[in-house]
Amino acid sequence: MSGFDDLGLRNRRAVPWAAVPVETVERFRETVAAATAAGVSGGGWRLAALFGLPDGGDLTRLVAILAHDEQGRLGATSTLVGDRYPALTPLCPAAHAFEREIAEQCAVLPEGHPWLKPLRRHPPDHLPAGRSRAVFEPDRYPFFRLAGEEVHEVAVGPVHAGIIEPGHFRFQAHGEEVLFLEIVLGYQHRGVERLLETLAPERAMLVAESIAGDTVIGHAGAYCGAMEALARSRKTPRAQTIRGIALELERLANHLGDLGAIAGDVAYQPAAAFLGRLRGECLNLLLTLSGNRFGRGLVRPGGVQLDLPETMAAAMRSRLERLREDLEPAAGSMFGSASVQTRLEGAGTLAAERCAELGVVGPAARACGVARDVRHDHPYGIFRFAHIPVTTAWTGDVYARALVRRLEARRSLEFVLEQLASLPRGEPRVPCGAPRPGELAVAMEEGWRGEIVHVAITDERGAIRRHKVIDPSFRNWSALAAAMPGNPISDFPLCNKSFNLSYAGHDL
Amino acid sequence: MLDFLRARWRQGTPTASLSAAGGGLPERFRGRPVLEPASAGEARDASAREACDASAREARDASAAEARDARALPSALVTAGEDGRPALDLGACLFSPEEAGASTAGTIAYTRDYRLASSTREGLVSPAGEVELARALDERMRRLFGRSLRLRSVAAGSCGGCEAELQALGNVVFDLSRFGIQFVASPRHADGIVVTGAVSRNMRTALELTSDATPPPRIVIAVGACAISGGPFRGSPEVAGGVPPGLHVDLWVPGCPPHPLTLLDGLLRLLDRL
Repeated sequence: MSGFDDLGLRNRRAVPWAAVPVETVERFRETVAAATAAGVSGGGWRLAALFGLPDGGDLTRLVAILAHDEQGRLGATSTLVGDRYPALTPLCPAAHAFEREIAEQCAVLPEGHPWLKPLRRHPPDHLPAGRSRAVFEPDRYPFFRLAGEEVHEVAVGPVHAGIIEPGHFRFQAHGEEVLFLEIVLGYQHRGVERLLETLAPERAMLVAESIAGDTVIGHAGAYCGAMEALARSRKTPRAQTIRGIALELERLANHLGDLGAIAGDVAYQPAAAFLGRLRGECLNLLLTLSGNRFGRGLVRPGGVQLDLPETMAAAMRSRLERLREDLEPAAGSMFGSASVQTRLEGAGTLAAERCAELGVVGPAARACGVARDVRHDHPYGIFRFAHIPVTTAWTGDVYARALVRRLEARRSLEFVLEQLASLPRGEPRVPCGAPRPGELAVAMEEGWRGEIVHVAITDERGAIRRHKVIDPSFRNWSALAAAMPGNPISDFPLCNKSFNLSYAGHDL
Repeated sequence: MLDFLRARWRQGTPTASLSAAGGGLPERFRGRPVLEPASAGEARDASAREACDASAREARDASAAEARDARALPSALVTAGEDGRPALDLGACLFSPEEAGASTAGTIAYTRDYRLASSTREGLVSPAGEVELARALDERMRRLFGRSLRLRSVAAGSCGGCEAELQALGNVVFDLSRFGIQFVASPRHADGIVVTGAVSRNMRTALELTSDATPPPRIVIAVGACAISGGPFRGSPEVAGGVPPGLHVDLWVPGCPPHPLTLLDGLLRLLDRL
């Protein structure tokens, strides 16, 4: 039997399910702990996914997907457990949220987990046939509380702030200063994974597009990547380029929107107004290309459903060039303003060590100097040929996260202009074919919030037996909770916006 | 300072008038779908073509073919109308390319018409895809809300897309506040709620409480396919499948998500501003 690291598993390259090692629980814990001990900066592996699936009788198979960013390889290992097992989190902190999820989805107790609480607050939906008892009681969530005469508690949500998704934030504060923040989510839980596992492909595709409404291209790309890997479908260079254009337009739209929102939160209205309009311009470019402002209907297994003709490419180029001219003054006025800088610098600082410990991804990680980017580490599609430099900053505060967005926006814009000028020939979409039986595929995508992972496992008939979705927000919500203590509570909206996480992406 | 003034000058006045913006939607925009019924000859030809397709061999007669079409469509867009003939339900439309195309019921095609909002659920269902466009609120409500409408948004099991377009209404292009409409932080300050999402298990109570906390008279607006019929999540045990029947809805806005112009059109019709 192979070791976890010599399966030949890569981003969008499937392997036989039977080749994944099945270790004892002790060996499984040792394997994962040893692989991740050095940390990514120490040349080690990183936990990309950890989840459970029913495996006959009352057993649950726990699967760990490990990523070696430097070498661009993936590893996989697994173990079989009954109703409980010794938790990984004490040995591998990045497993913390995954193990809460396993407890909730599979009703398996990770003994010794330091923070075992419900994650999305729903009944188990990946239970083995022989079991029915959940780990968590419904409607019971034990909040962490600080004791002390001058400590007070502030509860916000689920219905909160402006036009925003629902979530609950419980602050323990001393005067203005936040001592502790606990974030409780699950309000947007719609049952995405079970839908992806049970619906016909045409409906499942639309669910994949709707995992997070502002990350349509990201999730659709990862979903299709997993299906294409299982079917050995080779997209044309033209399809890969159009997908890359759409992904970078999505990144551009959201980064500009976030910069505008951050400006709004520090009361710098001009940039808020300008950037809000420019975000709309990007959405309108996606609308021109796909018929929908968020790119729905475009990415499909085998390529893209809609082609990008020459006249459209030329028109999009000229609109982007105009956008580029408008962007520099708008962003420049914001970053050049001393009053804005004072508000952003030093707020919501996330230490680089916490970042590594929690497994943070995306611009939030890059703003702490952690140069993690799927386009660079596990290149796929157009990114194997057209390299976008990885953008990092190092202070880990709101300013750094804003700066990373500004620089990434510039780079995405240049990338799209370049690709629009040189679209390769070929069919926009080729037939995808059916997934092969008994295989495991992992598809990773660098969504605009960070690494998106879709893991799909097929059964002996080729039907999807398990579909695991990991949105970047799944990891990064804990980064917001870690960054808030020490900040005034009035800075919460600013810090929240500087991470801009998806509630729906986390809740699934 | 001069740089800022130059930048401001360059931005101009981007606020769009509804009619001007509505005419400028691009070619691929998927607006209101329409159903062109197949002629008897076309239906026969379509049946004959499908008969050659191995997977359709068992669906030779018209009603079975319609049932097959409905199963193959990734949404419940095609439904049975009042007279038992096929009808389009815009409240179930996901506006995906796969919902358009030929079938034995006829050909479904998207127009660029962004006007989709209706005052009733039935107003979204029609034989050919016509919408009974939203009517203004009654006189009493118009006197109260006509020039100042405050809304509280409640996202209840959504993907975030509808909320993003509701947020876009506040930008300088759509500028909702020029019509006296604003979103507020508390339902206690609101004249109505805007519901998005398929109503997840974990949001049912919050939705009820938020609605109850909105002082009457109040209105309810259902935005997006999820709030109207469950959207892509229709059938999931984790969602109720849209706004619960106990909540009276004054405005239904289809879309996935609805374009800001669709939202604006619905809101302005409600306030008799169009």
